[in-house]
Amino acid sequence: MTTIDRPNQNGLSYSRSDIKKVLLLGSGALKIGEAGEFDYSGSQALKALKEEGIETILINPNIATVQTSEGSADKIYFLPITPYFVEKVIKKEQPDGIMLAFGGQTALNCGVKLFEAGTLEKHNVQVLGTSVQTIMATEDRDLFVKKLNQIDVKTIQSVATNTLAESLKAAETLGYPIIVRAAYSLGGLGSGFCNNPEELKMLAEKAFSYSDQLLIEKSLKGWKEIEYEVVRDQYDNCITVCNMENFDPLGIHTGESIVVAPSQTLTNSEFNKLRSLAIQIVRHLGIVGECNVQYALDTDSEDYRVIEVNARLSRSSALASKATGYPLAFVAAKLGLGYGLFDLKNSVTKSTSAFFEPALDYVVVKIPRWDLGKFSGVTKEIGSSMKSVGEIMAIGRTFEEAIQKGLRMIGQGMHGFVENKELKIKDIDKALREPTDERIFVISKAFRVGYTIDQIHDLTKIDKWFLYKLHNILETAEIIEALQPHDVDLSKSENIVFDKYLRIAKKQGFSDFQIARALWKEDMPDDGSELIRTYRKSLNILPVVKQIDTLAAEYPAQTNYLYLTYNGTENDVHYLGDKKSVIVLGSGAYRIGSSVEFDWCSVNALTTVRKEGYRSVMINYNPETVSTDYDMCDRLYFDELTFERVMDIVELENPHGVILSVGGQIPNNLAVRLDNYGVNILGTQANKIDNAENRHKFSSMLDDLGIDQPRWKELTSLSDIQGFVEEVGYPVLVRPSYVLSGAAMNVCSNDEELRNFLQLAADISSKYPVVVSEFVENAKEIEFDAVANKGEIVTYAISEHVEFAGVHSGDATIQFPPQRLYVETARKVKKVAQKIARALEISGPFNIQFLAKENQIRVIECNLRASRSIPFVSKVLKINFIELATKVMLGMDVEKPHKNAFDLDHVGIKASQFSFSRLQHADPVLGVDMASTGEVGCLGDNFDEALLTAMLSVGHTIPKKNVLFSTGPAKSKAELLETARMLHQKGYNLFATGGSQKFLVDNDVPATLVYWPNEEKSPNTIELLQQKKIDLVVNIPKNLTPSELRNGYKIRRTSIDFNVPLITNTRLARAYIQSFCNMSVDDIAIKSWDEYH
Amino acid sequence: MRKDKPARLILENGVVFHGKSFGSDKSNSGEVVFNTAMVGYPESLTDPSYEGQILTITYPIIGNYGVPPNSMTNGISDFFESERIHVNGLIVSDYSHDYSHWNAERSLSDWLKEEGIPAIYDIDTRALTKELRENGSMLGKIIIDNETEDSIDYYDPSQENLVAKVSCKEIIEYKNGKKKVVLVDCGVKHNIIRHLLKKNIHLIRVPWDYNFNSIEYDGLFISNGAGNPEYCQITVDNVVRAMNKNKPIFGICMGNQLLAMAAGAKTYKLKYGHRSHNQPVRRVGENRCYITSQNHGYAVDASLLNNEWEPYFENMNDGTNEGIKHKTKPFSSVQFHPEAASGPTDTEFLFQDFIDML
Repeated sequence: MTTIDRPNQNGLSYSRSDIKKVLLLGSGALKIGEAGEFDYSGSQALKALKEEGIETILINPNIATVQTSEGSADKIYFLPITPYFVEKVIKKEQPDGIMLAFGGQTALNCGVKLFEAGTLEKHNVQVLGTSVQTIMATEDRDLFVKKLNQIDVKTIQSVATNTLAESLKAAETLGYPIIVRAAYSLGGLGSGFCNNPEELKMLAEKAFSYSDQLLIEKSLKGWKEIEYEVVRDQYDNCITVCNMENFDPLGIHTGESIVVAPSQTLTNSEFNKLRSLAIQIVRHLGIVGECNVQYALDTDSEDYRVIEVNARLSRSSALASKATGYPLAFVAAKLGLGYGLFDLKNSVTKSTSAFFEPALDYVVVKIPRWDLGKFSGVTKEIGSSMKSVGEIMAIGRTFEEAIQKGLRMIGQGMHGFVENKELKIKDIDKALREPTDERIFVISKAFRVGYTIDQIHDLTKIDKWFLYKLHNILETAEIIEALQPHDVDLSKSENIVFDKYLRIAKKQGFSDFQIARALWKEDMPDDGSELIRTYRKSLNILPVVKQIDTLAAEYPAQTNYLYLTYNGTENDVHYLGDKKSVIVLGSGAYRIGSSVEFDWCSVNALTTVRKEGYRSVMINYNPETVSTDYDMCDRLYFDELTFERVMDIVELENPHGVILSVGGQIPNNLAVRLDNYGVNILGTQANKIDNAENRHKFSSMLDDLGIDQPRWKELTSLSDIQGFVEEVGYPVLVRPSYVLSGAAMNVCSNDEELRNFLQLAADISSKYPVVVSEFVENAKEIEFDAVANKGEIVTYAISEHVEFAGVHSGDATIQFPPQRLYVETARKVKKVAQKIARALEISGPFNIQFLAKENQIRVIECNLRASRSIPFVSKVLKINFIELATKVMLGMDVEKPHKNAFDLDHVGIKASQFSFSRLQHADPVLGVDMASTGEVGCLGDNFDEALLTAMLSVGHTIPKKNVLFSTGPAKSKAELLETARMLHQKGYNLFATGGSQKFLVDNDVPATLVYWPNEEKSPNTIELLQQKKIDLVVNIPKNLTPSELRNGYKIRRTSIDFNVPLITNTRLARAYIQSFCNMSVDDIAIKSWDEYH
Repeated sequence: MRKDKPARLILENGVVFHGKSFGSDKSNSGEVVFNTAMVGYPESLTDPSYEGQILTITYPIIGNYGVPPNSMTNGISDFFESERIHVNGLIVSDYSHDYSHWNAERSLSDWLKEEGIPAIYDIDTRALTKELRENGSMLGKIIIDNETEDSIDYYDPSQENLVAKVSCKEIIEYKNGKKKVVLVDCGVKHNIIRHLLKKNIHLIRVPWDYNFNSIEYDGLFISNGAGNPEYCQITVDNVVRAMNKNKPIFGICMGNQLLAMAAGAKTYKLKYGHRSHNQPVRRVGENRCYITSQNHGYAVDASLLNNEWEPYFENMNDGTNEGIKHKTKPFSSVQFHPEAASGPTDTEFLFQDFIDML
């Protein structure tokens, strides 16, 4: 291999001084494959542009992000990231340049389309950084392979096909097993392995609905998967900032893999061979900015293949930034403006150059977080397509320490690699061979039942080095488990044998809880982990704080980027103990129900803390966030949000107080324990938080206050449940405390459903009671978000769900200000909320959910913390609730803002983004358990405009011609009649299944009959969907006979698999269809946020 | 569970770090230095430039991929940088007792034991590195088990001519082409030899103090080496004479220091040296920057060069000299390691540049 020293002629065609105004495309709603990492990269890019005095315009409908906050961009448009809307913004704003690399595949695809259509050229908009030609060379497989062939770099033999027949032929030539990838798709959508022509046929049909081109490749399952993050400037200077190695070998999407950085099993020769290749590739392609190169590396030689190159910021680049402290997106934006790497400084040391490669003196482990349990019917196997909804990054100085921290951080009830609740696995061999979301715990189990490292390696192909390390953890656990009671007396000042292993265990990342459980097993006392904590502190077994400084301590750096480890003897930080710190607890891994909105809250709390003269301290471990950008606070602890770790940090920091109400439920759950340990919790007090969290206490408080709530009972047997049901009547909402499989709660409408759900899905016993509540049908659901100061409401926002109660508030479409709520109802809501605020002496943010029916309101839930809708209402109202709340929590007196929702001339709609297309077999139906992965918030001058914009932003397209109705129960058929008539009058063709068709025709709305999936007659619903003849499906689940359920499921699933827009809720269907019948897309005003007053 | 013997590192300023032994049972002393590279321990340990030093690796997890076979082809090691381990001791944070790699033949621990080199793990290497950074490289001793501190003396490698110790003792020829290149061995890394032989030349490797001016050659190559360059006045004198021949001269690391001394400059000891894979250098006066592998405790004071010379590269972090070149004649040298092994290979082209001038 020769290195190139002559600069490639791949510089930039524009000069920095020409660029005065830049348009940046965001990535829209969070979805599987495209999550918070792009809020982080976009925010960094905007910061870099701002520093240059460049005017910035941002298009991103994701209202919960940090990048769409006041001050981040000069103009923010909450509009869909589609060529149509982007062109409109370009026309209006006339930017000089556009940045496509910071908004994931969404922004990139949109940019490529604009380029191909000549739009950018027409409006004289320069693509900044990597050129579109280069982007296309990385996205089009054929071009890509050709390009790399020119420099003799090996790629995976791959054939691009455009038809099924071509695909089958290509597979035959390459030989099975093969892997299929859809070109131009996010996170491996439509990808998969096929062992034979039948499997290929099935997969290809689906994949062609996402992409016109498929790539058929020989599978290299079992090879190592290695990635490099590469940066290049226009002067051809090139560095690799970080390399990463997948714990899971090739075959599992890198977004689904456990990943370590830096690589652990590569020799110098391998490491630098791949590094040099990456640089060669990036130079040859002419990337200017940041890029990611993925390799397959043989496990028996230095043979390799390039898997792909991402010519943009990615999940991996966000991870690499956090893993190294090197701000890739910030630097990439500067390079796009024409800077050389030598012009820029290392932002950690602030003295050395940005042209360098970070040296790590720790190891990081990334672990994906899945939420597959939230979906019924979904396959649990993980593979070449992404299903995880979030990720965590753990830092340690041994692999054992980092992985055990990480396994706790993913927040799925695990305590680490060992000492978890026992996993029940029927076929361990199979579970090792065919990985699921539980794979690593299967390894733990396999060790326990005597599998050797060789056996596990043969089944999983995971490099033995990782398995040895995991086995070390198990060994320590077994030694502690084998200690006899007389070996360990914690009242003594020392226990020689135990102390030795206690130290080893802590170095291997064991939590106090794990040690307690290993020691006492089922006899573990409730305060077991506290006992261990007290004892180890008496032995001075304490973690130390280390800095991440990019240069492994080679140069002094005043970095505030920190983690804790037991593998060290000295703290890098000298604490002043001046009580001037305020610790803000972040949100942890993104998951369904908790994501970027809490990051926005955390960042705003930090900013306010700092502004008010305190030292802002963040604890969080989610690499996709802005709150874990060390620029956002005075000290960042990239570490666990467990009681143990938070206490470790509190004891070091000796803070003024801790804010735990802005990071969602994880920090909120720590309130009582922290309070018991004397930690100063800022804002609402812990016992009040407990009064709201504890169902019994909260309920009796409501009774005392004379506030209505749906009747409920905690019950421990089926007969008790039936007795309660007789009292309140069906339907009821059932919440088991121990879930065996499937959704955690369910609405049951009759005895049969109740029995089915309880027998199949849950255990009931006195240990695992079930909560049954009365379920009010056709009730409106109202969200009340507010900030109170010592029990007095300072500011509030009332918003209303479009759907009736029964759709989880995280999935519901929310309107603010409410458009159809009685003034009387709103007044009652506020009164009740004020009563509750006083009773709980709330100081800080809170949220109450109400049911409203015929002017009667009932409280269903109250959270004494920021809610999911806080950024939405804050931005629509332009009152920063978190800033106010933080000031309150800091003990300041705040003035009530003079503005309220009734003054608004505009409407905000928050709509949910679903990722069902990635969750194979999952039933895309909405219920009481949350299923959406993200959201958007759009503004309009009226309801229709805001709703239409929001629906387009979450991926709906206005149907061209044909709409399929399968509208379920008689009631919803009736509710949708006028909507159907409207469609007909607008010239749409209606297709409908049996009952729906009859109902429409009987009511003078023409509709073509189509047959149910199980009726073998044509025209059949499935066939129409597969032929892409339907542009919109309205399917209202009926929840009755199994055959209806199966039929409904098939229609819904086929719509998703063939990428046909689907709506499953009557009220939303009505609102959406009305909106596009009442107005056209052209009528949507291109107004930036500041144009709404 | 393993029962590794306790071991400790004692620095000359009295600071003690306690850990566990994973190398030879023989206590040893040397100059304690640190390297921030994340890969390449077999290469580093066999790099003659580390002669007499106790090496601290800041990357905490070491030994993962074991050690490749110690095989030789035509007198050149297949995987190492010399025939033996040159460090006097090794210090890491976490040692991987179990290794995994297709090319590994044994564990790092076994190799160290065979070669009689002590090693400690379970040390806060970051704290140690900061100690060295703040106070400069220091002498230290590794004491195994319950041996007493005074069982061995401190050893100061700067009191000794290390080049004489690590250079070849007689001329070695590698005939692989017509053009003759003399390679002055001040402790040459085998990868320099491998690189030169790839270019099809007749390589004549001579001891550091050999009067190579007696040989007819097309080019002169001065290798890397160990310790204080001031011990090599003989070599400098030979280089001064060689300059009269106007044949191409190139030097690496120690070679840079010796050529600079021949050009009138002086060298000085850096507080704690440059030992890493991520040192950024810039070609002076240009926008061309390179990531380089480095391992040196001494540097050239380029301000003292006579006016026929100019700086070639400079370090982008601390501004130190990274190479010099003659304004008109084909003489140049670099402070970093274009041959890498271990480290990035971005400046490999310098070998070709040298060959092109022959």
